[in-house]
Amino acid sequence: MRAKLTIALGTLLAMPVYAAELEINVEIPRINAAEYHRPYVAMWVEGADQKAAANLAVWYMTKDTKEGHGTKWLPDLRQWWRRSGRTLKVPVDGVTGPTRPAGKHALKFDDKQPELAKLAPGNYTLVVEAAREVGGRELLKIPFVWPIKAPQSGKAQGSSELGAITLAAKP
Amino acid sequence: MKRSKLAIAFALATLPFAAMAHKAWLQPSQTVIAGENPVVTVDAAVSNDLFYFNHVPLKLDNLSIVAPDGSKQAPSNPATGKYRSVFDVELKQTGTYRIGVINDYATASWEENGQPKRWRGTPATFAAEVPKNAKGLQVGQSVSRVETFVTNGSPNDTAIKPSGNGLEMVPVTHPNDLFAKEEAKFRLEIDGKPAAGLDVQIIRGGTRYRNAQDEIKLKTDANGEFAVTWPEPGMYWLEATSQDDKVTVPGAKQRRLGYVATLEVLPQ
Repeated sequence: MRAKLTIALGTLLAMPVYAAELEINVEIPRINAAEYHRPYVAMWVEGADQKAAANLAVWYMTKDTKEGHGTKWLPDLRQWWRRSGRTLKVPVDGVTGPTRPAGKHALKFDDKQPELAKLAPGNYTLVVEAAREVGGRELLKIPFVWPIKAPQSGKAQGSSELGAITLAAKP
Repeated sequence: MKRSKLAIAFALATLPFAAMAHKAWLQPSQTVIAGENPVVTVDAAVSNDLFYFNHVPLKLDNLSIVAPDGSKQAPSNPATGKYRSVFDVELKQTGTYRIGVINDYATASWEENGQPKRWRGTPATFAAEVPKNAKGLQVGQSVSRVETFVTNGSPNDTAIKPSGNGLEMVPVTHPNDLFAKEEAKFRLEIDGKPAAGLDVQIIRGGTRYRNAQDEIKLKTDANGEFAVTWPEPGMYWLEATSQDDKVTVPGAKQRRLGYVATLEVLPQ
């Protein structure tokens, strides 16, 4: 009993020591299309139950239009829409942003980010979904364990709308 | 000309029973939607193939659009052509809309001066329009519902609560949350009570581009429930029929019940 308590206390005390950080690299491939639109991209953390546990980034057309900030096409990010988007009121501070051009994009999140701060310990999956107007759709997944006690890394390679995705998790 | 029109009207009146081969349906342009004041357009037709306009339009007289807060809404830009009816639905609220054509009517046939007469109308006008002691009078009653569902933003359940009249599908899985390779569960009810042992037929659209109907045949269990694992994405047509003797029209012996839903299944 006492030993258990010590361990529990130890974990509690140890928690703040981990300044966990997720480093995500997302490649949006250059696509030679007659009509090219930058893709809508959503990145989120999914729990073992496939529910969205944390939204990390959503890139869509934030400019005002007749159709309303491009929100009309957000359901094209099908799985994100289903797991999270449809119940979310966009824009979300620190999560939503404008679409990005082809190229490599580096993103960094730490455990102070409110979405990550509320994550319970467990097995999670980073999900990156991209959908392009008049183009295709692709979804990639990289598993990781939270909280981050030791360095973890993962990779996924897209074949159409996404290029290489990497995840580096550091304690 | 007049007679053939009447014949078609009568065939439609008794759908989907008299013309089993003909399929009535409503097909929305999309079922999952977002944005500011989005609009869907809906096709309404009766056809042999799914979802092509090759027989007759589905009449919009008894169109019912229930908004996410349960209120009734009128269609925009309704029109009926030779092969289809079409109308728009403005989705001003967020949540789930239930769009249906509900035909609740009585039919009668009798002989007058040696000529066969056919009548169709509401149970309320029956007494005034059908002669009581007509020769060879046959009276029937029918409730049929052809419907589909569209969700703007986050789904809700207010509009999809059963009305308790006739054959209805009560979603256990939300009808706008259907994905290929996943199981969806629904319950069939007659007058608000579980309908056990009913046959359910499900056919994916695009029948013109394949050689077989590839229908999925199911039966409801003791709770009126059935489950389907969608084999692939697409627009699906679901039908169930039944009959009983719960008539309210005098002289009618049988009540026919029909239910059709168009459901969109999205890819993973």
